[in-house]
Amino acid sequence: MSIEQLGITVLWSFLYGYLIVGSIDFGAGFYAYYGRMIGKESIIGPVISRYLSPVWEVTNVFLVFFFVGIVGFFPETAYYYGTALLIPGSIALILLSIRGSFYAFANYGVKKNSFYLLAYGATGLLIPASLSTVFTISEGGFLAVRGNEVVLLMEELFYSAYSWAVVLLAMSSVLFISSTFLTFYAARAKDENALELMRRFALWGGIPTIISSLFVFIALRNHNLEHFQRALDVWWMFGLSLVSFAMAVWLIWKQRSYGIAFVMVMLQFAFAFYGYGISHLPYLLYPYLTLYGGVTNPTMGRALVIVFIAGFALLVPSLILLLRLFLFNARYVKGELA
Amino acid sequence: MGTVDWSRGLTEMTLAFHILFATVGVGVPVFISIAEWLGIAKKDVHYSLMARRWARGFVITVAVGVVTGTCIGLQLSLLWPEFMRLAGNVVGLPLFMETFAFFFEAIFLGIYLYTWNRFSNPYLHWLLTLPIIIGSTGSALFITTVNAFMNTPQGFTYESGNLTHIDPLAAMFNPATPSKVAHVLFSAYLTSAFLLAMIAAFAMLKGRKDDYYRKSIRLNMTVGLVLAVATIIGGDASAKFLAKEQPEKLAAAEWHFETGDRASLVVGGRLNPETGEISGAIEIPWALSILATNHPDGTVVGLNDFPKDEWPPLYVHYLFDAMVGIGFYLLAVPCLFLAMLLIKRWNAYNRWILGGILAGGPLSFLAIELGWFYAEVGRQPWIIRGYLRVSDAATTNAHVDVTFWMFAVLYAVLGIVCLFVLARLFHNKPAELELELHRIIL
Repeated sequence: MSIEQLGITVLWSFLYGYLIVGSIDFGAGFYAYYGRMIGKESIIGPVISRYLSPVWEVTNVFLVFFFVGIVGFFPETAYYYGTALLIPGSIALILLSIRGSFYAFANYGVKKNSFYLLAYGATGLLIPASLSTVFTISEGGFLAVRGNEVVLLMEELFYSAYSWAVVLLAMSSVLFISSTFLTFYAARAKDENALELMRRFALWGGIPTIISSLFVFIALRNHNLEHFQRALDVWWMFGLSLVSFAMAVWLIWKQRSYGIAFVMVMLQFAFAFYGYGISHLPYLLYPYLTLYGGVTNPTMGRALVIVFIAGFALLVPSLILLLRLFLFNARYVKGELA
Repeated sequence: MGTVDWSRGLTEMTLAFHILFATVGVGVPVFISIAEWLGIAKKDVHYSLMARRWARGFVITVAVGVVTGTCIGLQLSLLWPEFMRLAGNVVGLPLFMETFAFFFEAIFLGIYLYTWNRFSNPYLHWLLTLPIIIGSTGSALFITTVNAFMNTPQGFTYESGNLTHIDPLAAMFNPATPSKVAHVLFSAYLTSAFLLAMIAAFAMLKGRKDDYYRKSIRLNMTVGLVLAVATIIGGDASAKFLAKEQPEKLAAAEWHFETGDRASLVVGGRLNPETGEISGAIEIPWALSILATNHPDGTVVGLNDFPKDEWPPLYVHYLFDAMVGIGFYLLAVPCLFLAMLLIKRWNAYNRWILGGILAGGPLSFLAIELGWFYAEVGRQPWIIRGYLRVSDAATTNAHVDVTFWMFAVLYAVLGIVCLFVLARLFHNKPAELELELHRIIL
């Protein structure tokens, strides 16, 4: 594997990690707020906060990791995406800032404040929408390069069916991933009421997710035929994604093996996400920037890979410790440990 | 104002806001760790409670630190795309390592906060503070090497607008790195010592008498004295480094125009921009030479040796003076306090000392801001000194002004709400009350 391929694989995996942990987090915020609004906070609130409290800070790191990594491995992306994404990027940052800090304010400071919870819950749906613009513009057609300037064509973006399909997919996926995870978590906590509520959210959430992903395919075909055809080359990945989805929904429907059901959801998104990623190559930004044109020099590439391996030798055991103490500790999940 | 000015303004604002929380994030875990360890070793509930209360407030400041850190991380690419395109090739490594350190800290902070009663051996819980300290100090170290690189770039060859022959380690360990890292870390620890002592001094001034507050002040001032000395030594090393590697920055801070030996240190005063004459300043003969070279007749390079379009703005003189002044104040307060503590007849916790400690809190944060402004404005007009000017690195996107105001509102809201939440958190629950509850449980 060349440095370029290795680099993009690492980064893509981190983005996938963020997709999963971020979705759980964003969706949980939304459900926490929604639960309070429909008067069921006492049912789902504890389950959500017990999961989120120890991990909220870690979630954020996945995103930082991705954008620091991509500038390290592919400095040219900083130029194109950096210039063009000033406004959408800043909006996403502001939403992330509100969300992150208000989570801490609401949880460690003022517990009973609905406004803080609203700020936290509402941003949970807006952030995925704003972050997904990056995927949209990476397909080309939304940027104009005029001499030294890179301009984002806001109007084109706004009136594009493709961009709305992606936004829809992002938002519905967030709610779907989050509810399937919380179903699993509630089942582990042996919390029947929360389980039933989250289970219902999960089953309903599956429908818009699958419809919007079909939309994205159709819209992609109209928007970037070349990419669409490369996607057909790896059609089997999308097929496996669909199979995983069906199995997850079936398990949740039948009320059994929620853990396996969530693994299926992870596989569903893994197949789709990597399938999308593979078919996107070699372009990082169609048609201006390819994997090979934007890569850093080989010395830095090697150094990054070495640090990456060393870092992971440190992080993986720590993450396992975190998971064992909170996620897979039956007594903690049930709320028996303070 | 043009795009470049707006970009500079937004970067300044984000960093100025972020470093307040970053400083707390680097320094306070050290004190939480010390307090928890003392609590276990001395079986003293006061110290154990101290660790818990500090940790409770700390996590709120960490949240704001994390989100503003994310902002500046992404803004580097959004506002300075040309810079990242060029420098990303060289500084990708420390940026990457900084994220790893941050990741490490995030994991263990989550564990630490939720396992107070989990372990039968209390030292196991205390051990968790060590990876937090390693992570927070590590990320400060790595990010400071990036900033040091921008001041004294090395580890590459510059060929027609491109950087080749990259040596990432040489770039990280450039001449500015050692003194900069030392000064940044010690001053962050020192500021946290004063922040925590300030809270206790405030409570005592309001009439609280519990031993808890005395112990807090004693701990913070004792460690603070060591840190103040270390900070000043680090600052001195920075000045010597500047004299050698970045003389225009030191010269601008000291309004030192003509290269020469036996240079005097200029404190305060006013500068006539036309004639270059200084009035109303206190001049300490030979002091600048001693500061820069350790020798009264050492030669100090003056600003006139540089083309005028490479001069930093001359107002950095005031930033430098104020920072140094506060630095010595932060040394004097713990000295005075400890001296009075040793002489048993005197009350070391009198109103004046407590007032001095109270003032030390905001002053130490002010010194952090002033020091960073001096360091950053002092390398104008360069973004990578000698290679890339700030004006060539800014984005070409015309909407930076809108972005500036959006972030201004964000920081205002975050700052106010954060202070409000912190005040509420502790106001209704003074240490005495918690101790009482604690004893009932015991």
